[in-house]
Amino acid sequence: MNLVDAGLFAQLCLAAAAILLAVFAPVGHRNLAAGIGVAALGVVGAATGVTALLGVQGAGLRVPLALPGFDAIDPLTLAPDRLGGFFLAIVGVVVAVAAVFGIGYAHGPVASRTGWTAFAAFALGMQLVPSAGDALTFLLAWELMAGGSTVLLLADHAAREPVRRATLWYAVMTHLSFLLLVAGFGVVIAASGGTTWSRIAATSINEPLASGAFLLLIAGFATKAGLVPVHIWLPRAHPEAPSHVSAAMSAAMVKMGVYGVLLVVLRLLPMGPRWWAIVLVVVGAASALYGILQAAVQSDLKRLLAYSTTENIGLIVTAIGVGLLLRDSGQTGAGDVAMLAALLLAVSHAAFKTVLFLGAGAVLHATGERDLDLLGGLAARMPWTASAFGVGALSAAALPVTSGFVAEWALLQALVHANSQVDRLIAVVLPITMGVVALTIGLGLLTFVKAFGIGFLARPRTPAAADAHEVGPTMRAALVFGAVVVVGLGLVPGPLAEALATAVNAGGVGTVGATGLALGGFGVLLHPLALTLLTGAVLVPLVAVNFAIARRAPRRDVDLTWGCGGERTSPRMEYNATSYSEPLVRVFRGSLRASRSVDVVRADGAPLLVEEMAFTQETVDVIEDRLYLPAARGVRRFGDFARKLQNGSIHRYIGFSFAALVLVLLWVAR
Amino acid sequence: MTAILVVLVHLAFALAITPVLIGVMRTVRARLEGRSGGGIGQPWRDVLKLLAKEPLRAPGSTPVLSAAPVLLMASSLVLSALVPLVSTLALPSVPGDLFVVVSVLLLGTVALALLGLESGTAFGGMGSSRHMVIAALVEPTVLLSIYAISGPVGSSVLSVIVAARSADPASLLNPVSLLAIVALVVVVIAETGRLPVDNPSTHLELTMVHEAMILESGGRDLGWLEFGSWLRLTALLGLVANLAVPFGVAPDASLVGLLVGVATGAVKLLLAGALLAAVEVFLAKLRLFRVPELLAGSFVLAFLSVSAAYLVF
Repeated sequence: MNLVDAGLFAQLCLAAAAILLAVFAPVGHRNLAAGIGVAALGVVGAATGVTALLGVQGAGLRVPLALPGFDAIDPLTLAPDRLGGFFLAIVGVVVAVAAVFGIGYAHGPVASRTGWTAFAAFALGMQLVPSAGDALTFLLAWELMAGGSTVLLLADHAAREPVRRATLWYAVMTHLSFLLLVAGFGVVIAASGGTTWSRIAATSINEPLASGAFLLLIAGFATKAGLVPVHIWLPRAHPEAPSHVSAAMSAAMVKMGVYGVLLVVLRLLPMGPRWWAIVLVVVGAASALYGILQAAVQSDLKRLLAYSTTENIGLIVTAIGVGLLLRDSGQTGAGDVAMLAALLLAVSHAAFKTVLFLGAGAVLHATGERDLDLLGGLAARMPWTASAFGVGALSAAALPVTSGFVAEWALLQALVHANSQVDRLIAVVLPITMGVVALTIGLGLLTFVKAFGIGFLARPRTPAAADAHEVGPTMRAALVFGAVVVVGLGLVPGPLAEALATAVNAGGVGTVGATGLALGGFGVLLHPLALTLLTGAVLVPLVAVNFAIARRAPRRDVDLTWGCGGERTSPRMEYNATSYSEPLVRVFRGSLRASRSVDVVRADGAPLLVEEMAFTQETVDVIEDRLYLPAARGVRRFGDFARKLQNGSIHRYIGFSFAALVLVLLWVAR
Repeated sequence: MTAILVVLVHLAFALAITPVLIGVMRTVRARLEGRSGGGIGQPWRDVLKLLAKEPLRAPGSTPVLSAAPVLLMASSLVLSALVPLVSTLALPSVPGDLFVVVSVLLLGTVALALLGLESGTAFGGMGSSRHMVIAALVEPTVLLSIYAISGPVGSSVLSVIVAARSADPASLLNPVSLLAIVALVVVVIAETGRLPVDNPSTHLELTMVHEAMILESGGRDLGWLEFGSWLRLTALLGLVANLAVPFGVAPDASLVGLLVGVATGAVKLLLAGALLAAVEVFLAKLRLFRVPELLAGSFVLAFLSVSAAYLVF
């Protein structure tokens, strides 16, 4: 038994311990006890994942299976490879941070025995998915993950009605995903005669079957990953879930979809035809653009973050698609960098999305609000949360020196250095992808300037925001740790990238100057530490000059600097999130639809005098509106029709039986 | 070591030429409009006056109020250090990679947009919102046009691109390069808030973008903001000028080379500025919601340029 196997075994034990703690700890200490239990599970998972990523291969944990009537069934196996280890590490860290945050955050039903038990099960499920060595274990872990998250999502259903509807959407989509996966794995297992990854990978599956399995599996994983057009559960489930659960769902669970895609295209069905890569690029680019457009116009902070998850996963899948396409056309160097970019994007998204969701949770905890239009001025009241959220937002906007910047830099380098003159397809696909990625970056910038600026700067827009207080020590610790990871990954990308490159067999990636990232294949390098030093060298004299002037002309406090030339403006006159994105709604009116309503209350007897006016705007998810609602209406219409058949009248049922009898007799006598 | 010298030369060049550039542009504009103008030294005097004055602070403000102007200034300075204004000798560990340069530029953009939101006034928010929408829509053109000119060179490092172009003058006139340069000019206009995207000298309420964000700032805050924005113009205009006419840019850090680089750089920059100002006299500001059409047009140019690269090579 080596380190990886011991780690896997320890995870199983720790999950059981966490559940026992959740059930038997006294009420007053349940959060602390269960939170520490789950955090330990996460930490051990992360350590196991890192060990596996560094290339330690265990014998694997196996549970032999025997079913009457079947001669040989592959045992249930837990044996992560490098790629699985990478995802296990991501999940472990996210789970640990979310659990620590949960110690201070969880209250009400989420802090119940059921709540913490479900969280432990959810965490264990997520950690077993990338460790699985065969399809059956994978699917079992997948269901544990889905079940645990559904229970957590449902936790607050008694208090809030939207929770129930969100859970329904989530349960339907997550089971759709499961069914697609069962069908897809069924095809490959039938073709290869075994369930373990190695058996499946060793078999070369014939063409129509392979493509069918590919489409089924990708559709299943895309549903979990929240890609367009099966993203619709994200903007419903993420806002309604408790914030530390949203963080775990968005930063870790959604990544399992990405792991699935990589598992299929790199391990199970490698060397697929070219159109597979194009499918991934198209789906990824559409998700990236659609996700960020929707995110930019949301005013609910957690809904905004949910749509931004669709964008980020879209970018990751685009990178995978570009990588496959380039490798297929013989440009291994650029293809490798694109694959590396996919993993960097994944780890960076996990880091900053955890911070952002936990930050949103802290805001919710402090003010009871998650609508940006009702927040404002929080930076002065919650400096720790504001700083951490700011760092996360910088990373989400792909600005230096954060993890997000490194990842998108790698993706753009892959696009620029690919030789687009090889053939016509690549010559068209690459520039369009470049344009889409660039527009996504631009809109991401707007989205996160809005999220931070409207929520944390300006003046409080409601009393709730004005009375906000900084959150407790565990929540602060989780936020600060997340922010430090985001900056750390951004400052020291070299060693991480080198380790990741091995997980996707990418060559030519190296470390330069102990911390920088060098893409040896095309002789480019990124040295964030040097960039920071250069900026520091510029900033120090600048700040010194600024201080020297400030001593002679200190800042003066006034009631109003200029304030549009008016008296102290009312908070209602501030620009809010809805007004901030109004130009964008106009510019993209083709793909963003907003339903607006203006309610005017007029004075009695004087219809020209307006007493009150209310404006509300809701943005519509066009895909939900055009695709899902008609489908749901169709199902309902069928149900109405079926109800007419079943009206409870015994005469009618006898009539049905009689008619059936007659039909059978006619058929027999034919 | 010599690379650090080049960075210092770039910074000194940018700091020294920026007020002159703005002064020349304003004077050209004033003369063409039949005014006498404040003279070429006026921007310099303006900035010195502003820097010496006290800034104001309203209750409830955050550190962003005082940090954003300094950050914008720092972003513009780093930008001028990374862009090959005088010499193509780059720092070995920060070689002025296109994406790094763009992200440094965007850091300044974000600092400005957050400052607009900080005061919580309607104008600040309006300017910030418009500013970010324009920045978002410009982004595809920026990356795609540089993609077009970096493709033939095989590098995304700006100094390498400029050096390769000066070594191969024939490549300057092919359609790839011309289309990309035109697209880049639109980018510079949009990023620095010049006509027809934004009017830098307006205080007319409904048309402001840049001015709306800095309305609440005064004293040295405003001084840094103004100077930082001007520096951005210098760096971007200098970059486009050196991409379009890459002659005279020093390939090394020799004294003669640097002197020639400074002289030709100054001439190119001032000519480009004068040209921009002269064209601005004949332009009216576009309606805000027509700006996306202009930017979409520039995106199409950039895309055509990339496609032309496929046909030409």
